[in-house]
Amino acid sequence: MAQNTVPAEIKTEGGSRRRATRVLSYVALILLTLAFVAPLLWMISTSFKTNPETTRWPLAWIPRELSVEGYREIFNPTSETPVIRWFFNSLIAATAHAVLVLVTAAPAAYALARMHFRGKGLMFAIIISTLFIPPIILITPQYLVVDYLGWLDTLWAVIVPSAAGALGVFLLRQFFVSLPRELEEAAVLDGANRFQIFTRVVLPLSKAPLATLALLSFLTNWNDFLWPIYVLFSPKSLVLPPGLSKLQGAYDTDYAVIMAGGVLASIPVLILFFIAQRYIIEGVSRSGLKG
Amino acid sequence: MTTGQIGQSGAAPLSATKGSSRRRENQDFIGANPVTPYLFLAPYLLLFVVFVAIPVVYGFWISLHSWDYLLPGKPWVGLKNYADLFTPGSVTSGPFWNSMGATGKYTLYSVPLLVLVPLLVALVLNQKFPGRAFFRSVYFAPYVLGVAVVGILWRFLLDPNVGLVNYYLGQIGIGNVPWITALPWAWISLVGMTVWWTLGFNAMIYLAGLQDIPRELYEAAAVDGANAWQRFLNITIPGLWPVLLFVVTITILREANMFGQSYIVTQGAPGEETTTAIMYIAETGLRQFNMGAAAAMSYVLALFLLIISIANFAFFRVRED
Repeated sequence: MAQNTVPAEIKTEGGSRRRATRVLSYVALILLTLAFVAPLLWMISTSFKTNPETTRWPLAWIPRELSVEGYREIFNPTSETPVIRWFFNSLIAATAHAVLVLVTAAPAAYALARMHFRGKGLMFAIIISTLFIPPIILITPQYLVVDYLGWLDTLWAVIVPSAAGALGVFLLRQFFVSLPRELEEAAVLDGANRFQIFTRVVLPLSKAPLATLALLSFLTNWNDFLWPIYVLFSPKSLVLPPGLSKLQGAYDTDYAVIMAGGVLASIPVLILFFIAQRYIIEGVSRSGLKG
Repeated sequence: MTTGQIGQSGAAPLSATKGSSRRRENQDFIGANPVTPYLFLAPYLLLFVVFVAIPVVYGFWISLHSWDYLLPGKPWVGLKNYADLFTPGSVTSGPFWNSMGATGKYTLYSVPLLVLVPLLVALVLNQKFPGRAFFRSVYFAPYVLGVAVVGILWRFLLDPNVGLVNYYLGQIGIGNVPWITALPWAWISLVGMTVWWTLGFNAMIYLAGLQDIPRELYEAAAVDGANAWQRFLNITIPGLWPVLLFVVTITILREANMFGQSYIVTQGAPGEETTTAIMYIAETGLRQFNMGAAAAMSYVLALFLLIISIANFAFFRVRED
């Protein structure tokens, strides 16, 4: 692949020019890094302060008195704002959602990539065209469907409806189409049926796109805000994003508690990001381009 | 990939046994069971029909009724919900168009920054230098946090009285800036925090596009004596054009759907000025349960988004020629 070398101008012109450009770039990058990291550090720092200290000027980056009062509040499962419970609700919902996306999108994408049946082109066109439907059109009727199913105020409401999105089918189909057919043909000669070919040949070859789709589905579900604030309402059934909004309202100026909630909500996704960032960044930056 | 397959369908089972063409054989290698594809599709199609296909049609049906979730009767009103939106003085038209205006302003303020700043960042990150991967990770990281975390964090940072931002501005002699409670500050806050949140996302898309531009083009241009700016204009911009179109389009659509930042940080304040269209529609439909009107509004908004997307493609197509 194309090597990213320093621009040629730097090579051809003097070393001092080169050094100046480099120093300037680094200064800019480091300033930008500060702007990105400082807010997160402030969130963590504040979460470990006593409440009076959170707003006491001069502001201190290192808490003068280390306190876990904020965390004690959010780890209380019986309060009106049981953040720890929302944390586990979010964990269950996002995991179940990611699994549901994989088990429904993968076989459908495979059928659309490799099988031959009447109406395939039309079906694919219809599914893909829904990628362009603004979600706002769906929320009112989806709310009524979810209500009809008896899912309002339950985790089903945040796990299932969004799994109907077309993105997973689209991404996986593109990948399956690009797989060499020879391996599947070899399996046919060995007497494998379609299902066996799919589970034993195709899926093992598709670990990277499946992992990417699972990660993106998990992240999207973990962070979704607009839908859960309307379909979940009782304190015990919330997930984190609507919960944090509620926490902000309930604790008003008790910033240690609010920031502790923010830290708790950030930990899983930041961990996920740092261990799997290759998949996440690739998935994000490539998903739209290959369309 | 699928072209030409449809015409082959009739003869497929026969030809498979004869093993005529490799492709044909492969397509139908199980040939026997025509139900198989539908079994593979069934789980997804069930979700798709219940949660996408039915709602799209049902939403339009709702918009033709005076549909209050809490009332037993949902009388047919035809296009009245739509007509009301275009009738000055009706209950919905004023706030709806105000919210559309807010969305328009916000989109106008945020999109240029969200297109240009990430491009600059991507151009710098496209050089090879130690620490590149680190900076890339740091700039992308806020994007994996949801709008709820970003919202409560910036609400605190921008608090006029106790926030970190005004604290440091105070240190250099700038008095209390009403970041949340007055215009234009509220817009600056909403745009600023969104740049912080999504800069990395757009930058990574640009970066992928930049890496697809062949290095040889730059080397050849350098040999011909083109300076950095000329190379940027004549190689980078044309090479990045499709990516640029993609970024502009998704950024416009994303920002025109802005909801969480206003909901959490400004709550539409100072008055209703930062109440976006999505926020007004969602509140009308799912809080006040005036679903007929909300559904009608969502279709009007969708039409606007469609027009913008088409205009966008047309603009970029023209520039391409």
